[in-house]
Amino acid sequence: MLNIEKEILIKMYETMVRIRRFEERAGELVAKGEIKTPCHLYIGEEAVAAGVCQALERDDYIFGNHRSHGHYIAKGGDIKSLMAELFCKATGCSKGKGGSMHIIAPEIGLLGTPPIVAASIPIAVGTALASSIKNENKVSVSFFGDGATNEGVFYESLNFAALKKLPIIFVCENNLYSTHMPLAKILADTSIAKKASAFGLPGIQIDGNNAIEVYQAAKEAINLARNGGGPTLIECKTYRWRGHVGFSDDLDKGLRSKEELDYWMAKCPIKRLEEELIKDNLLSQEEKEEISQKIEKEVERAVQFAKESPYPEEAELSENIFKDV
Amino acid sequence: MRKISYSEAIREATEQMMEKDSNVFVIGQGVWSPWFVGKTCDKLLQKFGEKRVIDTPVSEAAMTGAAIGAALAGLRPVLIHPRMDFMYLTFDQIINQAANWHYMFGGKINVPLVIRGIINRGGEQGAQHSQALQAIFAHIPGLKVVMPATPYDAKGLLVSAVQDENPVIYIDDRWLYEQEGDVPEEIYSVPIGKGVIRKEGKDVTVVAVSYLVPEALKAAEDLEKKGINIEVIDLRTVKPLDKEIIFNSVKKTGRLVVCDTGWQAGGISAEISALVSENIFESLKSPIERVALPDAPAPASSVLEKEYYPNKDTIIKAIKNQIFTK
Ligand SMILES: Cc1ncc(C[n+]2csc(CCOP(=O)(O)OP(=O)(O)O)c2C)c(N)n1
Ligand SMILES: [Mg+2]
Repeated sequence: MLNIEKEILIKMYETMVRIRRFEERAGELVAKGEIKTPCHLYIGEEAVAAGVCQALERDDYIFGNHRSHGHYIAKGGDIKSLMAELFCKATGCSKGKGGSMHIIAPEIGLLGTPPIVAASIPIAVGTALASSIKNENKVSVSFFGDGATNEGVFYESLNFAALKKLPIIFVCENNLYSTHMPLAKILADTSIAKKASAFGLPGIQIDGNNAIEVYQAAKEAINLARNGGGPTLIECKTYRWRGHVGFSDDLDKGLRSKEELDYWMAKCPIKRLEEELIKDNLLSQEEKEEISQKIEKEVERAVQFAKESPYPEEAELSENIFKDV
Repeated sequence: MRKISYSEAIREATEQMMEKDSNVFVIGQGVWSPWFVGKTCDKLLQKFGEKRVIDTPVSEAAMTGAAIGAALAGLRPVLIHPRMDFMYLTFDQIINQAANWHYMFGGKINVPLVIRGIINRGGEQGAQHSQALQAIFAHIPGLKVVMPATPYDAKGLLVSAVQDENPVIYIDDRWLYEQEGDVPEEIYSVPIGKGVIRKEGKDVTVVAVSYLVPEALKAAEDLEKKGINIEVIDLRTVKPLDKEIIFNSVKKTGRLVVCDTGWQAGGISAEISALVSENIFESLKSPIERVALPDAPAPASSVLEKEYYPNKDTIIKAIKNQIFTK
């Protein structure tokens, strides 16, 4: 049925389960007050990061934003260092100086996740420009939200990337909200994919809760970019289950309805891929259990590592302001 | 030694660094233009081609972001903003992003980026085509800010900026472009963070930057005839400041005039005054005097411009205040 190799499908599935479990656990620790850094959880949106990153090579570049735990994990970042960063410990991926909103893993091509809305879009254009100048085969991906399409640099970036045919994929995670504001209250025209046409770029809208569809769309865009065909804008329709920031679903705040949340939870991206895999005999109940237990252990080890890690030394305060030569 | 102009020194440094290191490239508005950036990018396009000499759409923010990204990917961009006034559109990228990146990501990655901001003022250009923003950038942790005053330093500081592993704001002033001076043909560097004594003296210390250095030297020459002996320090870098050179001089003279090409309020002159008061207050024989822009936008009318911009005479007045009224 599915014309993608089993190995890839299983990896994508595992990645989504890893993100989900990591985020649920982080949410619990936020609720308990053990994690204090503001966390913007990715629960419900896992298929986007998993699908796109599965189509990338290890040394391709990605950039994220305030909601980037999923991007970090999907690209292959070490979850111990990520959890330690949420505890703002010295062993964190940003040495405890970044917290949840400033995470990085250059070893796997994640060069940063600045939480200023849309800020990393032009920066990703810059790594793509570098690939083009150096004649390297690397592709860059910029992950950003629907809210980021309100910023001017988004349009400046699309124009320049299109003009220079740079190897970049713009991945918009359209979760229908920008903090408390629904899409229709912030965008005069809510079709984000359509905005690509103003720059002569391919723009597609896909089901961001369908990992296979995301993977296929990303693969196609990446092939195009790698072969000199220039950028693509992919709008992934998805939904965050939790509130904008923190662990709760925020239903009590009157910003969205229970019906809406239920509708999207029924479209759970993990359940969706799982059902397809089981139907096609690519995943057995035992294998599913094994994956779940393996990841449970990984996440627990990460929590333990984070808790046992030391805080940064005071002297760290004035370290890394400049890179010394 | 061979003499060339300040703007040719900038051009030559850029060309030589591009020749030496294929990771160096130039990106900015007007780098293909015969006038946008003076002659500072002449012949670069012909020599290095469109891939390494990129003139851009009028998209200051995104182009700054793109330069940052290119630096993160291992290149050494020289990003050019043809007027500092346009840099307000890039503040998120320069300040939130470039300046913080190394620190906020735990030192994992750095941004070796030169951002040339050109000061282009006078000629009745008015408020939005006249500004000098060194104080704003000097306020920001993670940025270095240099302001060469001579052709020699214009070349040497640009070389250092390109070799630096961090974002460096390199501010050149078009009022200096035609100045000629000794410049070695080979590549050399002038250290970032080090001032230099341009003229030794014992009565008053004058600390100046950029075009106010030659003005201060002219003032010193005039006063020399009247028996007043001025020491002139060219700061060259406004962040990090060379405190030692200032303190040592003030300890000797006991009097200080600080000259900056930007606004006085909250500016470089305020910072230097505060540092001197905090650290060597007991050396001062009279209150510190400041020569800087008044708290007003740049006017257009040349009559008002004359009032607005300090020069040799403003500096002489400040020095005389120091010596005769206190
Ligand atoms: C420049 C800027 N303005 C405002 C904010 C505050 N803020 C943080 S996230 C956010 C909304 C982002 O929405 P979207 O891009 O759709 O991402 P999502 O949170 O939905 O994933 C806002 C306004 C910010 N971080 N940066
Ligand atoms: Mg959103």
